Amino acid sequence: MAIFSDAELQEISELQKRYPSPAAYLLPVLWRLQDKRGWLDDEAMEEAAAVCQVPKSHVRGVVSFYTMFFEKPMGKFHVQVCTNVSCMLCGGEELLADMKQRLGVQNMERTPDGMFSIEEVECMGACGGAPMMAINETFFEKISTQEANEVIDQVVANGNIPTPKFVQQMPELSEAANK
Amino acid sequence: MADTPKLVLPDIPGLRNIDTYIANGGYKDAIGKAFSMAPAAVIDEVKKSGLRGRGGAAFPTGLKWSFMPKGKEKKKYLLINGDESEPGSFKDRQIFEFNPHQMIEGILIASYAMQIDHAYIYIRGEYAHWVKMVEKAVAEAYSRGFIGSRMKEMFKPSGEGVEFSVEITVHKGAGAYIVGEETSMMNSLEGQRGYPRFKPPFPANSGLWGCPTTINNIETMTSVPPILKMGGEAYSKIGDPKHPGTLLFGVSGHVNKPGVYELPTGTPLLDIINIHAGGVPNGKKIKLVIPGGSSMPPLRGDQLEGVKMDAENLKAAGSAIGTGGIMVMDEDTDIIHVLTRIAKFYWHESCGQCTPCREGTGWLLKLLKRFDAGEAMESDIDLLHDVAFNIEGRTICALGEAAAWPVRFTVERFREEFQKRVKPGLILESPNRVHSLRKGGLEPVQVHVPVVERV
Repeated sequence: MAIFSDAELQEISELQKRYPSPAAYLLPVLWRLQDKRGWLDDEAMEEAAAVCQVPKSHVRGVVSFYTMFFEKPMGKFHVQVCTNVSCMLCGGEELLADMKQRLGVQNMERTPDGMFSIEEVECMGACGGAPMMAINETFFEKISTQEANEVIDQVVANGNIPTPKFVQQMPELSEAANK
Repeated sequence: MADTPKLVLPDIPGLRNIDTYIANGGYKDAIGKAFSMAPAAVIDEVKKSGLRGRGGAAFPTGLKWSFMPKGKEKKKYLLINGDESEPGSFKDRQIFEFNPHQMIEGILIASYAMQIDHAYIYIRGEYAHWVKMVEKAVAEAYSRGFIGSRMKEMFKPSGEGVEFSVEITVHKGAGAYIVGEETSMMNSLEGQRGYPRFKPPFPANSGLWGCPTTINNIETMTSVPPILKMGGEAYSKIGDPKHPGTLLFGVSGHVNKPGVYELPTGTPLLDIINIHAGGVPNGKKIKLVIPGGSSMPPLRGDQLEGVKMDAENLKAAGSAIGTGGIMVMDEDTDIIHVLTRIAKFYWHESCGQCTPCREGTGWLLKLLKRFDAGEAMESDIDLLHDVAFNIEGRTICALGEAAAWPVRFTVERFREEFQKRVKPGLILESPNRVHSLRKGGLEPVQVHVPVVERV
C-alpha cells in the first residue's frame, strides 16, 4: 500500500469532489497509478480500490475492460501501430510488420531490456494522417516505414521521443475554402 | 460553393488562444445573447435552427434539450461526448486543437438552456495530448471567470448579473470504442465497465447517478455559439433544409489530400472527394466509399453520382451520415480484406453483454477470414448475410447494427467479389437434397469434399 504520497491523496480527494460519488474517480486514479508504475499490478489495484471506496474485484473488472490499462509490464516506449481501415489502405499493416521485425517482438510483448513494446491498435483518430504510429502519447502521422525506423533510432540514441515531423495545420482547411 | 461559411473551425490564426478567441467576440456575443434570453427561449432558438446531433444519429438537438425536466429536485448533468472512436472520423480532434473555447462557450450556452449543474467532457484516452489541450483551455476559462461561481458577475447582458453558474470537468477515457455510446459513456464516467444501459429509462429522466442527463457531441456543442450569434433562422438556411448547418467531413483513404473539411450539409459527395480532397491518386476509379465512419453501409463507386452529404439524402441513397468520416477506396482495393478488418474491429470492441452481438461478431469474423484466405464456399455468402441480418435490432445498443451493416451491405452490393473468392468445389452429379441447403435441391450443387480445418 501507500503508492500515493499524502500530498497526492489530498489532491485526489479534492478532485474527487467534482463527482457526486468517489467511485467515479476510478479511471483518473488508475491513470495516475499506471503513469507511476507503467502497469497495474495487484498493489496498484488495491490502492485504487481504497481511494475510490469500491471492492477490488470491481477495480479488476474495470481494468480488464479498457484496452489502455495494462495488466502486465509494458515497454518504457510503447509503440502503437494502427491497422484499421484508413491506415490499412495507406500501408498500416506493412508498417506494423516492419516494426515487429525491427523490435523483434510480437503484439503486446516487450523487448528483453524493457525499452520497447508493440501493440496493434484500433483507430486512434488520425485517419487523415494515415498511416500512423504512436509512441506513448505522441502521434507520428503520415509516416513511412523508413521514417518510423528513424524515429526508433532516435529513441534508442537519445532515450526520449522526438518531435513529430508532420503536424496537422489549419491552412489545410483554408485551402479548401479558397478552392 | 463560392461562399462556404466556416462556423465550427473558422480560418483565424491562433484561435485556440483565449485572448484571440475573446478578441473575435468569444465569451461575449453568443453567450451574452443567450443570457439575455430566458432558458426556454434559447432552446427554441436552437430548435428553430434545425441543428441535428453530429455524433452519428443526427437527432434534433433542440428537441433533445427540451426533454430535460424543468424542476430543480435533482441535479442535472450535461455529458459531452468526445470519445470519437469510429474508424474514419477524426473531426473532434480538430476542435480540441484549434477551437476549444468555442466548444466551451457552446457548453455554457447549452448548460444555461437546460439549467445544468455540472458538465463533463469525456475524451478518449488515446487523445492524451488533446485532453491536456482541453484541460488547459478549461483552466484558462475558469481563471477568467467564464466558468464556475464567478459567472454571475462576469456576464451582465442587461446590467444585472445572471443567476446561473455551471462547473465543467474534463474526464479522460481509457480505450473502449463502446464508450462512445451514450449510456455506456455514463457507466464509464461513473467508474464502471462501459456497458450500455437499457432504454428506457432515457438519460433525460435517469442518466448519470440517476439524475437527468443530456449527452451531446463535441461538434454539436461547437455549432451552438454561431446559432446564437446569427439567429436560428439564418442558421437553418445554410446547407440542406432538413439537416442545416455545416459539417466537418473527415476524408481519408485513397485521396490526394486527406483531412478535415468544413462544408455545408448537402455538399455532393463527389465534390468533397474530387475537389476538396484532391481526387483519387493516379486518377484511379473509386471502387467503394464509406460515407460516415466504418459502421455505415458502404456505397459502390457507381452509386456516388448525385449523392449529397446530409442525413436525409444519404438515407435515400442507401447509407447514413454517421460522423461524416468519408473513407475512399480505389479500384485496386481488396474489399474482402478491408471488410475482414472492419469485422475484426467490431468483434474486438463488442462489450459482450448481448449474445447476438458477442457471438455474431465472432461468426462474422470467422466467416470473413475464410473468404480472405480463399477457403469459403458458395453457401458461406448467404450465411454471412444471415448472421449479420440476425444481429441487427437484437441488441441493447447500436453496436449490433454497426457490426452488421458494413457486412450485410457489402454482401448485397459487392456479391461478385465474394463469389470470386469461393473455393471451387466438387460438382455432384446427382441432386443431393442433404447438401442442397437453400438452393432448391434440383440443380447440381457445389460442396466441399472433404471439409477442411478452418481458422
